[in-house]
Amino acid sequence: MLRSLLFIPGNNPAMLLNADIHGADGIILDLEDAVAIDQKDAARLLVRNAVRTMAYATPNLVIRVNPLDTDFCRADLETAVPLRPAFIMPTKVGSAEEVERLGAMIAQIEEAQGIPVGSTNLMPLLETARGIESAYSIACAPRVRALLLGAEDYTADLHAIRSKESGEIAYARGRVLNAARAAGIEAIDTPFTDVNDPEGLRADAAHARALGFTGKASISPRHIDDINRAFSPSESEVRYAQEVLLTIEEGRRLGKGAVSLRGKMIDKPIVDRARQTLETARALGMEVEG
Amino acid sequence: MNKLKNSLREAIEAAGLRSGMTISFHHHLRNGDHVLNMVLEEAARMGIRDLTLQASSIFPVHAPLIGHIQSGVVTGIETCYLSGPVAEAVSHGLLQKPVLFRSHGGRAAAIAEGRVHIDIAFIAAPSADPAGNLNGVAGPAACGSLGYAFADARCADTVVAVTDNLVPYPLAPVSIDETQVDYVAKVDCIGDPRGIVSGTTSMTRDPVALRIADYAARAMAASGLMREGFSFQTGAGGASLAVTEYLKPLMRERGVTADFGMGGITGAMVELLEKGYIRQLLDVQCFDLKAVQSIRDSPNHIEIPAIRYAAPIKRGSAVDRLNCVVLGATEIDTDFNVNVHTDSSGGIIGGSGGHSDTAAGAALTLIVAPLFRARLPIVVDRAGCISTPGSTVDALVTQRGIAVHPRRADLREALLRAHLPVYDIHDLQAMATRVTGIPDAPRHGDRIVGLVEYRDGSVIDRIYQQL
Repeated sequence: MLRSLLFIPGNNPAMLLNADIHGADGIILDLEDAVAIDQKDAARLLVRNAVRTMAYATPNLVIRVNPLDTDFCRADLETAVPLRPAFIMPTKVGSAEEVERLGAMIAQIEEAQGIPVGSTNLMPLLETARGIESAYSIACAPRVRALLLGAEDYTADLHAIRSKESGEIAYARGRVLNAARAAGIEAIDTPFTDVNDPEGLRADAAHARALGFTGKASISPRHIDDINRAFSPSESEVRYAQEVLLTIEEGRRLGKGAVSLRGKMIDKPIVDRARQTLETARALGMEVEG
Repeated sequence: MNKLKNSLREAIEAAGLRSGMTISFHHHLRNGDHVLNMVLEEAARMGIRDLTLQASSIFPVHAPLIGHIQSGVVTGIETCYLSGPVAEAVSHGLLQKPVLFRSHGGRAAAIAEGRVHIDIAFIAAPSADPAGNLNGVAGPAACGSLGYAFADARCADTVVAVTDNLVPYPLAPVSIDETQVDYVAKVDCIGDPRGIVSGTTSMTRDPVALRIADYAARAMAASGLMREGFSFQTGAGGASLAVTEYLKPLMRERGVTADFGMGGITGAMVELLEKGYIRQLLDVQCFDLKAVQSIRDSPNHIEIPAIRYAAPIKRGSAVDRLNCVVLGATEIDTDFNVNVHTDSSGGIIGGSGGHSDTAAGAALTLIVAPLFRARLPIVVDRAGCISTPGSTVDALVTQRGIAVHPRRADLREALLRAHLPVYDIHDLQAMATRVTGIPDAPRHGDRIVGLVEYRDGSVIDRIYQQL
């Protein structure tokens, strides 16, 4: 599950010590923007030791590395790959070709470390106009299992004004989501950056979920509970999904070709979604009958 | 009889202060208190020596006390809480006699039962009339409840009220009345109201403290005690204070209202009263100015004496009717003994206050603490000082999970049913020491600088001189 992904600065020992207590489905240990240029090497050491010492109880460990065109990228990968994270997050990704070059570098490290080549997954961060336009080819590149939209850098690149209403990122959200789904991978929404506006956060997360996103990244531990709630099935959604499956079962028993529930025809997509909802609910430990 | 004295000196002389006496103070003005310092300064000028201080708390503002100890004006201290420069100096052996620590309830009972004899009680009074009626709710140094001063006023041989807000007779409302007060000293200023507010009474944003508070509130709910008419107490500071925030949605979900909240009262508790989550606040001490305003204005915010709050007496006190209490710790050992007296290097940094009283009384005692502070694990093999015995503690709540005392198998089951992360306390300790390593025990000298008296009057631990 990837409902929530929490950014943790890679150079902050206290936050690394408690990175996995906030209930996030994943933590993103950051070697990139959260870390000043002159602290990059210290952050690498700290992240490596934190991962080894803390044995994080998070299902998804993500390590964010500096962009391919910086001097830091290779050293970041050399630190990150042997730690076997669920994902490595390359930044400012603009094309599938860049992902392939990264992949080749990772393959060398995998080989040298005795790690199965090709086993390291990527979650590219799309945060430039070029990256958004290349979303589908990036999504289809080897190793890529999820895309993250980064709206702050992206809107700067666009010369747009960032707003809570988020009209300026509607296109990027649609494009990233469609590319990810077309490629059969996950799509993660950009963080909500106001840490003191819980109402705004809840609305933004609900909107992203309605659009189809798998989850949402976060820069504040205090956002995690609300994000998890937004991306979990509600009790009424679970009840409806159960009714759908019961109705289908009933129709099958009675030999009916087409069945309807609450006046609506139940077709395959509705059934698929109901199964998905119940699967998620079970994984979350929600009470699901049958 | 003219009780009113125009200076503190006159009042002290009238009260007959002599060398060797025991004099008492209350600490409702907290780190803004001027009265203890003013009285000792006068006593020193008068050539008085060998005084024993029976002070409910001593704060950083009382640093001049160090000089009075060095010069022999003060030779003994009995208190519930000792912090700041005096604590540091005492830890290093400043006083020849060990400081005697009591709990708030233990102190009140010891005074009421005559085990502690007070010659003169000096009562800082934010408002007073010339006959000696006192309250804490009005005046420039309003501090709200005068809970800890009641026993002193009732039992001391002589009672001197010290006020900077003299009003015409009769004062109303009255907390301590004229029948208990011998003299009223008018001074310019009894304290700085800004010092009443402790830095630890503001709501934390620390995500670790918030996670702990979330678990603690859910543990209270899961325990089955969060029923209509239940009661609870949360402390000031960090996670304990934040629990009040996390109780709200859980109480709403269950549709329950608490009959009372108790303790040192914070603005956060006042908000619960105002919003109808709690019917009454029983207040022995106000932790911030919002609480001061509320105790003045709200009929459901009630001042209670320390003896009613927490005293271990046969007839019982309010702590015995308390369902849940949330308390802090500087460290806790694997037998759940809690230390709130000393820090990791063995120096005195506080005291029980109502810690051991509420733990003994409440049906559910939760200790909230981060699993590690900086480089130190919070769970240790042996608490450096036992302030509250593990037999009165039910669970330790940390950001990584909850450890339940083995005698509470029922609670353990209830928490597991609520999907809370429950661990053996040794496992929590191992989680911490895997990161921090196991620190060396602090080295200490042979001299005893502090005795910790449990609420029943027995000495449960000793504090040794720091090297």
